[in-house]
Amino acid sequence: METFVQLVVNGLGKGAVFALLALGFVVIFKATEVVNFAHGSLVLFGGYLVVATRETLGWAGAVVVGIVGAGLLALLVERLLLSRSKLADPFSLALLTIGVDVIITEEIVRRLGVSLPFIGDAWDAQPIQAGGVTLFRTHLVALVVATVLITLFFIAFRYSNWGIAMRAQAENKEAAALVGIRSARVTATAWLVAGLLAGVAVLFIATQDFSGAGLSRGTHSIALAAFPAAILGGLDSTAGAIVGGIVVGLVDALSTHYVSFAFSKSAVFLVMLLVLVIRPSGLFGTRETTRV
Amino acid sequence: MLTVRNLRVRYGRSVAALHGLDLDVPDDGVLAVLGSNGAGKSTLLRTLSGTLRMHRGEVVEGEVRYGDRRIDRLDPAAIVGLGIVGVPEGRQIFARMSVDENLRAGGIGARSAAERAEAKQRVHELFPVLAERAGQRAGLLSGGEQQMLAIGRALMSSPRLLLLDEPSLGLAPKIVERIAATIREIHAQGTAVVLVEQNAVMALAVADTAVVLEVGSVALAGSAAELAGSEEVQRLYLGGHAESDADAEREAQQAREQRAGMRGLSRWSG
Repeated sequence: METFVQLVVNGLGKGAVFALLALGFVVIFKATEVVNFAHGSLVLFGGYLVVATRETLGWAGAVVVGIVGAGLLALLVERLLLSRSKLADPFSLALLTIGVDVIITEEIVRRLGVSLPFIGDAWDAQPIQAGGVTLFRTHLVALVVATVLITLFFIAFRYSNWGIAMRAQAENKEAAALVGIRSARVTATAWLVAGLLAGVAVLFIATQDFSGAGLSRGTHSIALAAFPAAILGGLDSTAGAIVGGIVVGLVDALSTHYVSFAFSKSAVFLVMLLVLVIRPSGLFGTRETTRV
Repeated sequence: MLTVRNLRVRYGRSVAALHGLDLDVPDDGVLAVLGSNGAGKSTLLRTLSGTLRMHRGEVVEGEVRYGDRRIDRLDPAAIVGLGIVGVPEGRQIFARMSVDENLRAGGIGARSAAERAEAKQRVHELFPVLAERAGQRAGLLSGGEQQMLAIGRALMSSPRLLLLDEPSLGLAPKIVERIAATIREIHAQGTAVVLVEQNAVMALAVADTAVVLEVGSVALAGSAAELAGSEEVQRLYLGGHAESDADAEREAQQAREQRAGMRGLSRWSG
């Protein structure tokens, strides 16, 4: 029983991190209909900035630089590459993001060389013992941070002008343009927000607690698990991203323990396929059903 | 005054939609734009509101000016900023958002918060149902209510010129009358209107001036009364689906009567 509680809490912690990433995917997809395959490289970039600036700025300063840097890189990708090809269809733009992903990832991996730095200094490898249960501090902090950020996001998404503009544009681009919503601004902020969230997520991924590996190509592939999270939640549903993230986190934690680490990687995708067989547009996806 | 001069618009490389269209939209008044499918009515509105590019259309010649500003190269948000707001064909409300959120979205282009609050009050006065159903999902409104919401949403940025694309489409005659009366009311409150319609009876009853588009340019222009009286408009748009001349004459007669009735209604409610 203790083991199970431990697994669930740790699974939720992982899930919170995947939820942050999946939310970024979904926000970008809603604003632009582009599936951003470069998300993993945004994660790596944020982490790399932390590593590169930690010695001069201290950890906290480096974390700020990393988060902001990941946000700005996302913004840059959108402004420089995607916004210039407005009429290109979302599929070619998705392929473009793959190119961006390869370039950024390979460059960072090259720069890291053989070092695999851990970057969660403030919480990593400081387990908490509570009534016979061992909990990773990283997962608990991730859970709290993600809950706060996701709550803030939903408040803004629901009540702010930015949220209204974002949802209006996601639903009907032409009608949104006709009432004076600036599509370029909505799109740019969507990328910025997604990048910031990726910058936060990496602080929990490149830790001993989460992955047992420092910042590396492995960080990138872990971040990719946010992709099935977003898909099984429904690519156009923000709430779905959260649920999807948590499902992926739990499946990952439980299958690692009860089956094997190797199986956990495919278990996540198996669950995604299972969900898609039953609900082709994801648990909360609406795109296909409302366009009648 | 909005002026369109020698406007040529093309979709893709070869499909020409407007060929040298000239048009004046007065600052005060309701202008009806009539014409059959493919005459270029929607293309004209897309050009005026800057959404042509979203349909892969392009202005290849001529220009559109609003006052002394050239607007045919502006983006839609800038055009809204100048006070020209469009209501698209088929309403295109944000169905998954609440009625109130739809109005808020409409107010994003407004110049100030005070203007927005004032506009909202005005919209609620014009369409009390939008206040009653503020929290409801817009997709659950009836067709007529959705049209009211689409118009209300456009009014949220207090436009000086409102572009309506087929507001009567798919609505019951009673609701069409209601929409017609509302258009007069919006005009009476100081907003000029361009009304694109297939329903010529309704459009000519509401409008002060009218033009008929045919294959991409203006074929007829004049006051609404003149056009309603012209034989060609009667035949083509007021009774054009008749099987024989006798039917056409009878339908035209009915149309004249209906038009007279609607004039009365708009006077009564305004």
